[in-house]
Amino acid sequence: MVDESRAVLTGTHFMSGDLACAEGALAAGCQFFGGYPITPATEISERMSRRLVEVGGVFVQMEDEIGSIAAVIGASYAGKKAMTATSGPGFSLMQENIGLAVMTETPLVIVNIMRGGPSTGQPTMPGQQDVMQARWGSHGDYEIIALAPSSVQEMFNLTIECFNLAETYRVPVILLADEIIGHMWERVKIPPAEEINVVSRKKPKTPTAEYQPFKPDKDLVPPMACFGEGYRFHATGLTHDEKGAPETVSAEVQTELVKRLADKIRKNAEKIVKAQRVMLEDADVAVIAYGIPSRAALSAVREARKKGIKAGLLRLVTIWPFPQELVSDVAKQVKAIVVPEMNYGQLVREVERAAKTTPVILLSKLGEEPHRPSEIIEAMRRAVK
Amino acid sequence: MSESNLMMHHYLAKYLRQERMPHIWCEGCGNGILLNCFLQAINELNVDLNKIVVVSGIGCIGRVSGYINVDSFHTTHGRAIAFATGVKLANPELEVVVISGDGDLFAIGGNHFIHAARRNVDIKVICANNFNYGMTGGQYGPTTPLDAWTTTTPYGNIEHPFNLAHLAAAAGAVYVARWTSLHVRRLKASIIKALQKEGFSFIEMISPCPEIFDRYNKMGTAVDVMKWFRLVSQVRHGCDPAKAEITENEILVGEFVDIEKPSYGRLLREMTSRVQDKLKREES
Amino acid sequence: MVPRKLWRRPLDSEQIKLPKAEIHIIPDLCKGCDFCIEFCPRKALEESDKLNKRGVYPPKVADESKCTLCGFCTAICPDFAIFTTEKKEETSRNGR
Ligand SMILES: Cc1ncc(C[n+]2csc(CCOP(=O)(O)OP(=O)(O)O)c2C)c(N)n1
Ligand code: SF4
Ligand code: SF4
Ligand SMILES: [Mg+2]
Repeated sequence: MVDESRAVLTGTHFMSGDLACAEGALAAGCQFFGGYPITPATEISERMSRRLVEVGGVFVQMEDEIGSIAAVIGASYAGKKAMTATSGPGFSLMQENIGLAVMTETPLVIVNIMRGGPSTGQPTMPGQQDVMQARWGSHGDYEIIALAPSSVQEMFNLTIECFNLAETYRVPVILLADEIIGHMWERVKIPPAEEINVVSRKKPKTPTAEYQPFKPDKDLVPPMACFGEGYRFHATGLTHDEKGAPETVSAEVQTELVKRLADKIRKNAEKIVKAQRVMLEDADVAVIAYGIPSRAALSAVREARKKGIKAGLLRLVTIWPFPQELVSDVAKQVKAIVVPEMNYGQLVREVERAAKTTPVILLSKLGEEPHRPSEIIEAMRRAVK
Repeated sequence: MSESNLMMHHYLAKYLRQERMPHIWCEGCGNGILLNCFLQAINELNVDLNKIVVVSGIGCIGRVSGYINVDSFHTTHGRAIAFATGVKLANPELEVVVISGDGDLFAIGGNHFIHAARRNVDIKVICANNFNYGMTGGQYGPTTPLDAWTTTTPYGNIEHPFNLAHLAAAAGAVYVARWTSLHVRRLKASIIKALQKEGFSFIEMISPCPEIFDRYNKMGTAVDVMKWFRLVSQVRHGCDPAKAEITENEILVGEFVDIEKPSYGRLLREMTSRVQDKLKREES
Repeated sequence: MVPRKLWRRPLDSEQIKLPKAEIHIIPDLCKGCDFCIEFCPRKALEESDKLNKRGVYPPKVADESKCTLCGFCTAICPDFAIFTTEKKEETSRNGR
């Protein structure tokens, strides 16, 4: 029996990022978790296996990550807020069905606690190597939403935000964290349930017989009926018209559908995108960072200011859709941009595209400790010299 | 009466999404018979059409979900059972039926099949076994008989096929039946039985694929294949599915397994109330 | 040979109404598999000599009076192109 009274653990806690993520999901109303164990995301599964039973939800350990995401799509269509959690290898297995979720406009949350890749790579080491995979991993043209937490508190807050965005735009939303954030222990404040903003998918207002499952409203998002509610609709991964009927050869239907699926994110990007601007007003060099490196970047910027370098930080909370405008605004103002990433250069490409002629310097880290503030300061100093 | 009007008078018409008829299947394909039998079963059981979900994978038979006028979902290749598991666990009130092909359920989706059967998820799986991948033009698959000709076994098949009924039984299904597409009444009766049972049920329908498999293997017309079914099939209820290999000379059909075992959903609900009761006791 | 009047007959055969069948064929839905023609236990159907709009020969009724409404053709048709109903104006065998 669903028992929401236990879903929100109001109070101050000391917990890991993985645990905070699980608690965020429950606070957002998640009632279904399907997953397969993988380092460094396993603790999310473990927590959910205990807590979901307490709140009367469903935890199921599937046979693999393909099954996990498929079950999550099914649970979402059955009317439950649902999620899965994994790391690189599992995320790779999920890609085809992320496309299915995009095509069938299924609200769901995928947590990827990134580790070192390619392949089995370095299971216990941090990485940010799945950033482009999160954007382009499934075949076909599509847009997706991905958020990058940089603290344990944000693992809680942004997991809720992921659910809210997924429900608002009927799209899979990815929480892209890394091993350090997942395993780090910090203080987390969980507010009372009534202070947490929880959004649920909009429901159809049309009579059941007139319902067209993929006919969008003005915001380009179709209201969502679920199984068992009397609408008797069909959904398919094939290209389909607004009624949900497969249209496998019509260029018109294909164009309309693919454009709408992308545009419902693109045209709402301003509402979706979140970033934190720190000391950017008069900056002439900027760090653009997300996830774990943004912590060192913040210290670096503060430190640099003391040393007389006019440094600023743009911390990206939303990485997909890419905050194009915010980045080009910064680029117009500064002499150079430093991008610390725990990969061999991924989001830096998007930054370069938005920065146009402003020089962009990549600080790449692979398989080691994350960036130290001093390394970032040094890069900034060289950039403005 | 005009033809479309006449169609409306077919007693099963209300279960079809008529605007999507005719279906895509070839002349004499068994998939249409399976659809027909499934509709007969839900008609006879008088099921609440708002509470039944049909899920399919990819393949010729995979299109079936689009034709039935209930909530339905056409998943990716092989993932129908995993999707259905999510649906059933998330809303146990729904009757969840997977209808898919031999390739979809047992090659790419084989892992989901055995694990859903092992967990005893309360879903019904119906397989149209046509011994090949029809949709992609007739390649061999996990049920293609040894020596059979397909587009990817140009020298004859050298792989041993699955005995699906045996596989289902070994994996833990509570109900296992096999029929051919000629056994329309028995097939319908099995679907009715499976729908009324709790737990993972599996029904295999041996199906003609006259356009491709049957043609490559020189089995004649669809009628000829159906006559072959009549000639070689023998009803053996309760027979050990391990012994029910399909050969050129014998297709054993019948209800092979019919046992009781608590479903995953039931055990989950029982566990949930135990846990919640304990929490309440501790709090008071 | 037993005299005909001594043959066993169901006791209520006088009262039993044998419903008359009406066979409905939707020719253009037919894809021409011939299952109904082949497997009708009463051989009440035969192939039409007119092509339908799909270019196949659908079934046509050979002898409606042979049909016992067993429903097999309805059940086995992959295309929902044939079904049978009871004729409205029922007549009993003994004319009652
Ligand atoms: C991941 C993936 N691989 C391959 C395919 C191509 N494909 C489509 S249907 C199919 C085989 C279907 O065979 P079966 O399940 O037996 O159905 P049938 O067509 O015989 O009814 C394949 C291989 C696909 N759609 N997706
Ligand atoms: S190819 Fe075979 S399985 Fe597919 S519709 Fe044609 S006859 Fe049926
Ligand atoms: S109902 Fe039976 S007897 Fe009548 S035409 Fe159909 S198959 Fe033949
Ligand atoms: Mg097949």
